[in-house]
Amino acid sequence: MGDGPPSIWEWIARNWDTGRVDSIRNLLTDHLTMSLVPILLSLVVALPLGLACVRWRWLYQPTSGLMNIVYAIPSLPIFMLLISVTGLSQTTVIIPLTFYGMAVLIPAVVDGLGSVPDHVRQSAVAMGFTPLRRLLAVELPIAVPVVLAGLRVVAVSSISLVSVGALIGQGGLGSLFTRAYQNPFMPPVIVGIVLIVALALVADGLLVLAQRLLTPWVRARKGRA
Amino acid sequence: MSWLIAFFDWLVEFFGDPARWSGPDGIPARLLEHLEFSALALALAVLIAVPLGLLIGHTGRGEVVVVVSANLARALPTLGLLVMFVLLLGAASVWPVIIPLVLLAVPPILVNTFEGIKGVDPELRDAAYGMGLRGGQVLGRVLVPVALPLILLGCRLSAIQVVATTTVAAYTGLGGLGRFIIDGFATKDYARVVGGSVLIVLFALVVQILFALAQRVTVSPGVSRRLKVR
Repeated sequence: MGDGPPSIWEWIARNWDTGRVDSIRNLLTDHLTMSLVPILLSLVVALPLGLACVRWRWLYQPTSGLMNIVYAIPSLPIFMLLISVTGLSQTTVIIPLTFYGMAVLIPAVVDGLGSVPDHVRQSAVAMGFTPLRRLLAVELPIAVPVVLAGLRVVAVSSISLVSVGALIGQGGLGSLFTRAYQNPFMPPVIVGIVLIVALALVADGLLVLAQRLLTPWVRARKGRA
Repeated sequence: MSWLIAFFDWLVEFFGDPARWSGPDGIPARLLEHLEFSALALALAVLIAVPLGLLIGHTGRGEVVVVVSANLARALPTLGLLVMFVLLLGAASVWPVIIPLVLLAVPPILVNTFEGIKGVDPELRDAAYGMGLRGGQVLGRVLVPVALPLILLGCRLSAIQVVATTTVAAYTGLGGLGRFIIDGFATKDYARVVGGSVLIVLFALVVQILFALAQRVTVSPGVSRRLKVR
């Protein structure tokens, strides 16, 4: 170490790519993996489950009750309990985050499909759409805004929640916080918070963009009005 | 399935040890600490967020504050915020830890109080003014009771957040049930880690049940539609 503590930029430059596992670049990649996998996985699981809840109405009450319970359970104890099954691996962080995502997305899928106006559904039936085609070409596109609103919540909160994993050695950028606490030093904390919030903002922005591309009729309607 | 057997052994070791049930690091003391810190943070958050939410919802001014705080609270990593406050303010008292707890607990209550007040049927509001109620009376006797389910939902979401963050805060030296996890993990005492984890999960579930009960008791029968009005 030179004389005096390094500035935040010096610290970043020195730790960006050290070739070790805890360089900022590697932590960023880990962080992305551990947040993107649960985001995508929860969407992939929540879509069919949400569809099932709409098709068989009696399923929804118990499913949403169960998801409310899941959502209320803190992440740290769940990581700890999972360690005995999946070890100190990224999977231990990914599994609980996937369930939190499902807790938000299943109601979003159900609400989204519920937002399809009845006359639209009936028109599709009258035009001879098979149930599958009606679902893919009419109902799911109309549900996109509500589902994507849920997905934005999931994306932002998953990205920030990953950092708790640092307490079991799998926190991506969160390990900057534990490192900073162990040898009291502010720059890693600032860099960690800024990078995580920036990642969340980028993910949120991409999803807003996706919504614009997936629902062009919303803008067309606004333009005419 | 060997992990299942190990799991039960740890639970027996943790809960079966008589020394675990007394003293400053005993289960009752840690449970009480967890309850104290969570309740303190939640109470402070309610005191800040409910009046602010009522004001913004009723006057319609400052909606930006609500939206920004909600998004920011979701994006900010709790562990980072805790470490930052402890490094800034030192760890001499519990306040450096309580401040981030409160900061993260405010937005859910603020958003839902605001949405609750804003979502009240305008005709209902006009009818109340028409009956001669003044601004404050309309708020207290009509808007708040109608918005209460959402306000309580905000408090419930906030409580979830607070219980979880109090657990993580054990890392920065706060007492409570999280101590079992942090200390057990540091000393490779997995009975303590597993026992503490189970306690926190149970604690979180009991809090949820209490909120569900509170909602049944406090929400007006006319609003929750338990009373059929024709």
